[in-house]
Amino acid sequence: MASNTKNVQFDAAAQVEKIAEQFQMFQILNEEGQVVNETAMPDLTDDQLQELMRRMVYTRILDQRSISLNRQGRLGFYAPTAGQEASQLASQFALEKEDFVLPGYRDVPQIVWHGLPLYQAFLWSRGHFEGGQIPEGVNVYVPQIIIGAQYVQAAGVALGLKKRGQKAVAITYTGDGGTSQGDFYEGINFAGAYKAPAIFIVQNNQFAISTPREKQTAAETLAQKAVAAGIPGILVDGMDPLAVYAAVSQARERAVNGEGPTLIETLTYRYGPHTMAGDDPTRYRTSDLDNEWEKKDPLVRFRKFLEAKGLWSEEKENEVIEQAKEDIKEAIKKADAAPKQKVTDLMSNMFEEMPHNLKEQYEIYQAKESK
Amino acid sequence: MAQMTMIQAITDALRTELRNDPNVLIFGEDVGVNGGVFRATEGLQNEFGEDRVFDTPLAESGIGGLAFGLSLQGFRPVPEIQFFGFVFEVFDQIAGQLARLRYRTGGKFHAPVTVRAPFGGGVHTPDMHADSLEGLMAQTPGLKVVIPSTPYDAKGLLISAIRDNDPVVFLEHMKLYRSFRQEVPEEEYTIPLGKAEVKREGTDVSIITYGAMVHESLKAAGELEKEGYSAEVIDLRTVSPIDIDTIIASVEKTGRAIVVQEAQKMAGVAAHVVAEINDRAILSLEAPVLRVAAPDTVFPFPQAEAVWLPNFKDVIETAKKVLTF
Repeated sequence: MASNTKNVQFDAAAQVEKIAEQFQMFQILNEEGQVVNETAMPDLTDDQLQELMRRMVYTRILDQRSISLNRQGRLGFYAPTAGQEASQLASQFALEKEDFVLPGYRDVPQIVWHGLPLYQAFLWSRGHFEGGQIPEGVNVYVPQIIIGAQYVQAAGVALGLKKRGQKAVAITYTGDGGTSQGDFYEGINFAGAYKAPAIFIVQNNQFAISTPREKQTAAETLAQKAVAAGIPGILVDGMDPLAVYAAVSQARERAVNGEGPTLIETLTYRYGPHTMAGDDPTRYRTSDLDNEWEKKDPLVRFRKFLEAKGLWSEEKENEVIEQAKEDIKEAIKKADAAPKQKVTDLMSNMFEEMPHNLKEQYEIYQAKESK
Repeated sequence: MAQMTMIQAITDALRTELRNDPNVLIFGEDVGVNGGVFRATEGLQNEFGEDRVFDTPLAESGIGGLAFGLSLQGFRPVPEIQFFGFVFEVFDQIAGQLARLRYRTGGKFHAPVTVRAPFGGGVHTPDMHADSLEGLMAQTPGLKVVIPSTPYDAKGLLISAIRDNDPVVFLEHMKLYRSFRQEVPEEEYTIPLGKAEVKREGTDVSIITYGAMVHESLKAAGELEKEGYSAEVIDLRTVSPIDIDTIIASVEKTGRAIVVQEAQKMAGVAAHVVAEINDRAILSLEAPVLRVAAPDTVFPFPQAEAVWLPNFKDVIETAKKVLTF
């Protein structure tokens, strides 16, 4: 028997190559704003196209102002978003109000556009419990700090929606580094095993703080990690709003039709630092790389696309910018007006009914606070 | 009334709550058609369907995440962790996520989750099955930790745990699953969480304990009585939060106390009980409050359980030290 098999070789190289071939990058708009994949064009009205651009511009301004407010000490924890507008906002744009969003710490824009008031996003940044008091009917959770936790939770939310018979999905986001976590894999695998309506997005901005994507995994793409869960995976140009929108729409359609979850890798880039807590990207990124990705800016290509269709102008853009600045000013004012947190508030939010140790401590702090 | 083992009382509580509340969901590894590795969920999938009682992939963190997500959709999840030694895999979802859900969202969301898990030594299980890790949970704000020692308590406490709108860790001692039967009412009843019970009244020394050590302490109290000492045995039943009032009332009466746990001395909740007594009843104490606990090593290899686990003899010895101080 051995003599019959000794020349049979497992073609490892071909296997790796064939897997990678199945995850070609999906793109609709190139860097010049030209449609390179007409057949995949999503069905969006002129108004919707303009609204998507409006949100992307607005969010770029939100990022600029947030960085500046953070530097002035008027915001706390902040993870910059510039560069990821297509990845973040075009994906959220493909959702319905009934869909539930489980964001990572960089995914504040998605939950703001899903209905979280801006001043609450600012309170979350500062570290105030009112920031997490999600308004009734807004289907989002607060940004998740533990990388990967949102993935297993999304599987649970999706299973919940399925059990309730709702035509809605759970959508969650992580980064390239996050795909190395156990919870990342468990989340997509659970959702797959239960055929739950979940959309898992990996925003591959190519760096997890200072660690390049190559150091996370030998896998050619992150989208192919879907194979381990037996679910479809799509690699999409994360700087292309139309491609992101189309990929998420399709995943949503599959999910609400009971066909299960999808993993979507959006290839993108963050122009700023990892967070505003002292990260310096010049230590680990070259200016050449920054320049290369600035050419791919989602705003630039979408602006060109819309201008060619006569749907966008400098005037329109300036209106959005002014509106954003005004809203941000208002929101910061409203955040400033939030009452200072007291220890008794924190205690009240622990349980429905306080256990006796907290009751006892509550009285002590109540006495301190009334002095 | 029916004679039930603790495991039967647990199944009965689960059945009661599955009937009472359509939001109750039971899930975990092999809890469905198999009825659980200890038969705790036997017959439940058959009676309530796969939609209510279902198996999961083999991944504890995923199970915790599932419970969290189902909570956000208004369900009342009762997940099982097959053995509590496997809690390390799901520590973030329990301590980092479920326990903090209400606080993080300023009360907008909450997690009415009861995590059931067996633990406890004396049955020669392999590594990481029997460890007493309740101390880790008891140090986590946002959780309640319940450990019954009798069939009657198990049923009433589990029904309360499931109905609680905040996360409860419900730890079931493997040695107590089938070690004895007790009269348990067939109808539903609850026992408040955070309430201890005096399992034996006494006047000379308070023995404060929980889990399998309740029975060791009762046995010790019987022996001590023969020597003329009257020991009061308090079963904490809930180890977080502990029932300060019952403990202090007993210590004020007896003037002497020991705390008995199966966990290592550096673990468990005994140190916390001692500190509370020192804070609140030092003027009643005739002697220091001593602890009976396991040595500060890793949980023993199965063959070493008998020499390592605390038992009634250790309780007698420590009680006498306090009685003759």
